[in-house]
Amino acid sequence: MTTTTDALATAAGPAEPHDEHHAQREQLRLLLRSPIFIVGTLVVLFWIVCAIFGSVIAPKDAYAVDPLNSLRSPTGSHWFGTDDIGRDVLSRVIVGARGILIVAPLATILGTVVGTALGLVTGYFRGLVDNVVSRFIDAFLALPTVIIALLAIVALSTSKSAVILVIAVVFAPVIARTVRAAVLQEREMEYVSAAQLRNERTSYILFAEILPNVMGPVLVEFTVRLGYAIFTVATLSFLGFGIQPPAPDWGLQVFEHYGLLSGGYWWPVLFPALAVASLVIGVNMMADAIAKAFER
Amino acid sequence: MSAQTTTANALELDDLHVDYKVRGNWKQVLRGVSLTIGPGESFGLVGESGCGKSTAAFAALHYLPRNGRVRSGSIRVAGADLLTMTDADVRRMRRTDVSMVYQNPTAALNPTIHIGDQVAEVFTILGDGAAEARRRVRAMLEKVQISDPDGVMDRYPHQLSGGMNQRVVIAMALAKDPSLLILDEPTTGLDATVEAEVLDLVAALRQEFNTSVLFISHNLDVILRMCDRVGVLYAGRIVEQGPVAEVFDNSRHPYTVGLLRCIPRAGARKDQGKLDTIPGFLPPLGAELPGCVFTDRCALAEDICRTEEPPLHDVAASGDEHASRCHFHERAQELPRDTAPVAIPLAKHQHDRERLPVIRTRNVRKTFYQDGHDVRAVEDITFSLAPGETLGLVGESGSGKTTLARLLLGLTEPDAGSLVELDGTPIASSITDRDREQVRALQIVFQNPDAALNRRFSIRRIISRALNRLNHEHGAELDTHLRDLAHSVRFDVRLIRAKPSQLSGGLKQRAAIARAFAGDPRIVVCDEPTSALDVSVQAAILNLLAELQVEKETAYLFISHDLGVVRYLSDRIAVLYLGRLMELGDASTVYGTPQHPYTEALLSSLPRAVGGERPRIRLTGEIPSHANPPSGCVFHTRCPRYIGDICKTEEPSFTEVEPGHFWRCHHSADELRNLQRSASEEERTA
Repeated sequence: MTTTTDALATAAGPAEPHDEHHAQREQLRLLLRSPIFIVGTLVVLFWIVCAIFGSVIAPKDAYAVDPLNSLRSPTGSHWFGTDDIGRDVLSRVIVGARGILIVAPLATILGTVVGTALGLVTGYFRGLVDNVVSRFIDAFLALPTVIIALLAIVALSTSKSAVILVIAVVFAPVIARTVRAAVLQEREMEYVSAAQLRNERTSYILFAEILPNVMGPVLVEFTVRLGYAIFTVATLSFLGFGIQPPAPDWGLQVFEHYGLLSGGYWWPVLFPALAVASLVIGVNMMADAIAKAFER
Repeated sequence: MSAQTTTANALELDDLHVDYKVRGNWKQVLRGVSLTIGPGESFGLVGESGCGKSTAAFAALHYLPRNGRVRSGSIRVAGADLLTMTDADVRRMRRTDVSMVYQNPTAALNPTIHIGDQVAEVFTILGDGAAEARRRVRAMLEKVQISDPDGVMDRYPHQLSGGMNQRVVIAMALAKDPSLLILDEPTTGLDATVEAEVLDLVAALRQEFNTSVLFISHNLDVILRMCDRVGVLYAGRIVEQGPVAEVFDNSRHPYTVGLLRCIPRAGARKDQGKLDTIPGFLPPLGAELPGCVFTDRCALAEDICRTEEPPLHDVAASGDEHASRCHFHERAQELPRDTAPVAIPLAKHQHDRERLPVIRTRNVRKTFYQDGHDVRAVEDITFSLAPGETLGLVGESGSGKTTLARLLLGLTEPDAGSLVELDGTPIASSITDRDREQVRALQIVFQNPDAALNRRFSIRRIISRALNRLNHEHGAELDTHLRDLAHSVRFDVRLIRAKPSQLSGGLKQRAAIARAFAGDPRIVVCDEPTSALDVSVQAAILNLLAELQVEKETAYLFISHDLGVVRYLSDRIAVLYLGRLMELGDASTVYGTPQHPYTEALLSSLPRAVGGERPRIRLTGEIPSHANPPSGCVFHTRCPRYIGDICKTEEPSFTEVEPGHFWRCHHSADELRNLQRSASEEERTA
């Protein structure tokens, strides 16, 4: 129904003052009114609080080994039960938020920054630069994320910084493609020609003139990628790469105990898994709501 | 339906009030619109953007956006009341009785469906079988003068030009033989020559189908040409209504009077005086207007206008109905001018050809490489511009106007061998190789200020940056200059912290002009600077450009498809076709006789009121493609003065036919003068 919106635009007529501010406030208002956004934000905030104050909130010491009380099912004293060496699962889930909430956002920020820069450059220059870089990006996108990440981590090391670096490198091309598409539209706008006619440096045109106008897609892409990053970090630690024992990492906890599932010991696996799921879903809910607000 | 429709009025709107819900509040958009379109009649609705023209059109179909509602009043199509009908009946009515043609034909057609299938839908919905539908589609395409209907039916919309697509849309609209056809700015996006053709077509089909037409346009001349009666819409109310000639020649409402004074008409030129403007702005959507809607901008307004809504005065001179909503309708013509009619001097150039031109080009050409072949966008352009002179550049879209501008500015690099001289010194072809003085010297005002001003920046930041980069100014010096600049373009300094989206189109364009003038340029390219603006704003911007030119002795390369505007502002005019200069000379020479055949055709596409009495010449056929230009003279495929084989085989050179007047044609000046004189005599006797 493009015609209906056209009619509205014409009918709304002369720009009412403060339109831009209205548009931004309208986006914000829309977000704050969206139940999806609120629920997602609350879930994420909960885990952020756990990440920061985990050791204070946690009822027990997450590292305290108690072999006599190993594999106790959930009770009043251990709400989520204990694991194979008697550590409190609830405390480990709470404290475990920290690792993933440091690694995943850092990786996503790094990937977004690199991807945005790549997208700006390829979209703006087109031609040879674009062709070469875009073919690399396409080739990269064809490879399965986890496999590359595994190979890279094996080759590098299993430190946190290696995980951050690897995830950033895997995400950057995806973000670059989205940003490039937005830049292709922006570069045809005449404010870019006007900047060239002041003989502005290319870096100024890219980062001062064009970048603010493509921040919408960048923000949407960031939140979507953050969800993927959390999932990837958990996957890597589950596979034994990335965060190492005895850290109370969620992926690691699942890895350490999934062998016991067949013995009926479900609690040391289920609760960390639920934690990962809730965080990913929370972030994705936020991402959906933000994308929808920007679409309008 | 048929028996009834011949007698009933095609459309009756009676005291129609329409509101839109904006952020939870209902805002008035139409404030009691009443109009009647009789059978076979053509009614024009004219007004500036935001007046409610399109809303009226959608209301006539009872097809308002989801946030719209009809508050009161009635809508009758072919005698049937739309507001009391069931939804099913409304849909049936839209299917059989009413058609609508939108402004942008390419968006109105589905890009994934063949033209033939798309038009056939109309017939299959009405119950035809596939074969029968296809036969009727073919007949319909022939009716809208598509020369190769079978070929066109198997093509997609993107494979056709805008003009062709609009013909297809018109064919679809008329296919069901509607009793009412609504045309919403149907030719606004089209070139002058194509527009003329489409309008001719609509006029002819209207005769043939005896369809009633609601014609919506901001263009007064188009309305004058196409309509029997006209309604002038302002802030959701029809302020004047009557027979077209009567309303335009004997306007009885100050808004109509003001609107008509804004347009450079009948060959008006800047040395005959500035254009008049309408002060102020349209009231905001949903404003409380207890009195006359035009009060705030009306120089005739008195106390009664603010408090009491004027009744619809019958102001008909003779039998025809002509009504005006003005308390002082008998004084409307005495509306004081908003702008003093000061003459703007023509450039001294005409008397001073020896003066060193500020810019000179020689053999400028540009070849793009596209899909495996060379495309000559601009070919062999040679011209010069004197300080303070305006060179008007006209031509259909795709003629290379904008490419030429970008070549001069250094945004696109010309082919080797092209020469651009600034003050007699050759300058680098790319902006990055030019020094600061050269960068300052050449600036541009773009068509669309929304795209030309970065929407994230304040006006202050936009202009300051230009001052800083071009003049290396900062601090107090920059602030003073910024204030002076804002003052000289009449931009209220109090608004300088606003972002572009908070400003009206006219203010945005003023800011863009201020930016262009930041470095005291020698030459400013004006690329359709007013075509995105309403006529009253256009007049103010044209006045401003003319004033700045006199004050700063800036030369303009003024690009426009509006021949009236070009005529008004230009000292000399260059006519471009397929990237080649066809004619170049003083404005009066180019608009006089003899003319190059292409110029002749362009000017005769002008509505009568702008270009004066001229025999009508219609260019037939499409503009040829740059990738495969015609042999010989590139214009020979469409030329109304085609001589013979010589035109096909030999490209005419760009020769000086009289001092200062160049053209590219095999005809001699005398031949063309005779041909054109006899043609206009024939027209007169006919």
